[in-house]
Amino acid sequence: MKTALYENHVRLDAQLVDFAGWQMPMRYSSTIDEHHAVRKHVGMFDVSHMLTVDFEGPQSTLFLRKLLASDVNKLSKDGQALYTVMLNERGGIIDDLIVYRLHETSFRIVFNAGVADTDLEWVTSWQQTTAYSVSITPRRDLSIIAVQGPNALQTVVELLDCPQLISVQPFTAILHNELFIGRTGYTGEDGVEIVCPNADAPKFWNRLLDAGALPCGLGARDTLRLEAGMNLNGQDMTPDHTPYECALSWVLDLEPSRDFVGQTALEETNRHGIATKLTGIVLQGGVMRSGYEVQSNAGLGTITSGSFSPTLGYSIALARIPRTSTGECSVLIRNKHKAGRIVRPPFVRHGEKVHK
Amino acid sequence: MSETPQELRYTDTHEWARTEPDGTVCVGISDFAQDALGDVVFIELPETGTEVAAGAEVAVIESVKAASDIYSPVSGEIVRVNDQLTDAPDLVNSEPYEGGWIFVVQPLSDDPNADLLTADQYQEFCETDSNEH
Repeated sequence: MKTALYENHVRLDAQLVDFAGWQMPMRYSSTIDEHHAVRKHVGMFDVSHMLTVDFEGPQSTLFLRKLLASDVNKLSKDGQALYTVMLNERGGIIDDLIVYRLHETSFRIVFNAGVADTDLEWVTSWQQTTAYSVSITPRRDLSIIAVQGPNALQTVVELLDCPQLISVQPFTAILHNELFIGRTGYTGEDGVEIVCPNADAPKFWNRLLDAGALPCGLGARDTLRLEAGMNLNGQDMTPDHTPYECALSWVLDLEPSRDFVGQTALEETNRHGIATKLTGIVLQGGVMRSGYEVQSNAGLGTITSGSFSPTLGYSIALARIPRTSTGECSVLIRNKHKAGRIVRPPFVRHGEKVHK
Repeated sequence: MSETPQELRYTDTHEWARTEPDGTVCVGISDFAQDALGDVVFIELPETGTEVAAGAEVAVIESVKAASDIYSPVSGEIVRVNDQLTDAPDLVNSEPYEGGWIFVVQPLSDDPNADLLTADQYQEFCETDSNEH
């Protein structure tokens, strides 16, 4: 499949890769240059492979309170957003997502590309089960461009002549003409994610390009989110792991009256105690990769995401290890044990090292 | 379009080999390979004195994206490694045929180039290889 920006990527001579069935840019020039552009200036990403879905109807709030682990009732104003997860009945993570309140009875959710079909089937089947009055509309007619970096807001404000964007709080979206602009992202920098009609996307991309936003591929997206300590669905979280095992217990709203999907299983899990945690590891003299074995003071674990941190100049990783693990550890890299250290993510914030 | 110097020999695993005046063989990875790997961030170099067979794994190159094995184009003994790559692994990207050389082998054979590809053969191989991807 191709996004509306496919031809733009080809013209920019991107290295294209298959990602969840989509032809997406891995990089345009150098992943490290693209990474630094986002940390220091402004970069942009085509994330149109993610699926925007609108929920509308008198019972849309009731429906999403049932389906999401956070409480959408906490969104008191139009445009407000929150990061949360959608769980299966075992409390395992189907997807992590951002939900925006559009109006009192309508919400917008953006699903990850890899599980978009699964998610859509899941919400559709729950709509049938609950018979709540809510319509579910997948919006493949929309593209998403993420503009990220310390200069991102200024760039978009000037380009769109949209000064009100400056005062938009993080995790809030506004409508500007045909554009839906949310102050959100997946890089640990300030920035926006802009949803626009597919027909307008190629031109808008080129205008951003002319305004100085460097096109960035999935390679930089991965190193940026990893430095920011953000999970990748399918890798750091799976349907077999609860939010407790994914460093995401903070998103849970376990108010007993809510009865959201997975809540009972989570309470049960909590009573039995949780054996593992998702945390960070730093290591010099090699590069950690997903699947590598970790030996900690409290037993064995596994790297779930690993790469090289362009900001720090050494390898960083997220790992699922025994809950009580701390301090030094050893990572098995191609049959050699390399010394690493367990740290609490994030690794980088606003371009600076933050892990101890 | 990647560069493929005529005077070098190549392997189908994307190493280049240059026979030096003293008979040793200097080895690196091709421009095509470094471009495919992307930013190189770490290199695990072999130890000098190691005996290697042609086609054996000798070094590992880590790019941001993935780890790739580097194979010796010829059989012999590793006599030198490029220590500069420890601090500046990106030389493999910026100067694949000069500062980005990886190791030098003292070959067993008098004709170490015998089984290697010429520049034209390698270029043809790369074209087929990239069409398949």
